[in-house]
Amino acid sequence: MVSELGTHVAVARARSGSLDAAAIRGRLAAVMDPELPMVSILDLGMIGAIEMGPTVRVEVLPTYVGCPALALIEDRIAERLAGLDRPVEIVATFDPPWTSERITPAGLAALRGAGIAPPVDPAEMRCPLCDATDVVADSLFGPTQCRALWYCRGCRQPFEAIKPI
Amino acid sequence: MSPVADAPAGTALAELLLSMADDEFVIGFSDSEWTGIAPILEEDVAMSSLAQDELGHATALYGLHARLTGADPDATAFDRDPDAYRHARLLDHGRGDWAMTIARRYLYETADAVRLEALTASSWSPLADLVGKLRREERYHRMHIDAWFERLARTAGEPRERLVIALRALALDAATVFSPLPGEAALVADGVLEVPMGELEARWRATVEPALAGWRLPALPTAPAAPDGRTGHGEAFRWLWGEFTTVRRSDPEAVW
Repeated sequence: MVSELGTHVAVARARSGSLDAAAIRGRLAAVMDPELPMVSILDLGMIGAIEMGPTVRVEVLPTYVGCPALALIEDRIAERLAGLDRPVEIVATFDPPWTSERITPAGLAALRGAGIAPPVDPAEMRCPLCDATDVVADSLFGPTQCRALWYCRGCRQPFEAIKPI
Repeated sequence: MSPVADAPAGTALAELLLSMADDEFVIGFSDSEWTGIAPILEEDVAMSSLAQDELGHATALYGLHARLTGADPDATAFDRDPDAYRHARLLDHGRGDWAMTIARRYLYETADAVRLEALTASSWSPLADLVGKLRREERYHRMHIDAWFERLARTAGEPRERLVIALRALALDAATVFSPLPGEAALVADGVLEVPMGELEARWRATVEPALAGWRLPALPTAPAAPDGRTGHGEAFRWLWGEFTTVRRSDPEAVW
């Protein structure tokens, strides 16, 4: 069974056209993460199973147990999926657990583009700004739960990295 | 499906969830007291992040407790009398100095890791799912606190002296994460918890005692965890309780 952390139900409005899980995913590609606004929640790997029944059931996988943005993300999903031909149920679950390996290649590229290093083994860390390998971990804890602080000796800039989890 | 349909040993499970939630809640609040005043900027961020993680873990655990008991999670967290909290007395010593904070966290994180490991295959899947996720986060806590603990232990003079003083102050309560829980035999029988708390304490001692000896730090008392190690909270907790319930008590009906 799943851990039901919370449930949002968006009221249905009649709408024509076919509806499948792929279409739902397509819509969610436009929902950006509140703390990493350059990446969609889809590319972060936060969307789990989507079941198309009498209701559309969307599983959300919280990146961290105490993620303070979860309620906001659920609201944004509900907003984005409003107006479908059936109710939407949004369920947060830890089964399967979100891991940093769920981030898609497009998501990793967007992070790198914003100067945030993707989650890698610390031995393989490279500076997202200048690609140097002469980097040092400054702190395991950064501005949000999912990020660590690093420093690049090449370009002498601090940078953030997504923690492998 | 009824939220409790698949829950074994209801009362004992509720006690387990409450003890874990209260542990995370109390250490989270204690460490949030460093926000703004930690020794260095990175530690200010790190302690705040650790505290945020722990309060998040507490929220999830109070949520599971609520599914089992029907209690309002906010009321459980904020509306009980200080004596009704079930966290380990290890967490009752006040924030103290930096060495006290690191010593307390070292003892707690090592104990919590042993406890979480014994719940990974829990027969109650909502708990097993959550524990799987918690362990991924706690790994970073361990790495951080182990590094600080070793730094203080290896730095002669004031850092090491303060660490020794902190360990002596915590010694009698060090093992209280493993104080027996009401009904824990039922939890073991139902497969919720792998082994009794006493066996978990032995596992914990098998890792922590050699580590302390290796750093030539004060040894833990040999007596097992006190049976009342999750009750009888003292003045330091009453003060903390007064702090973390201030807003709630000022307007219990407020909706956030």
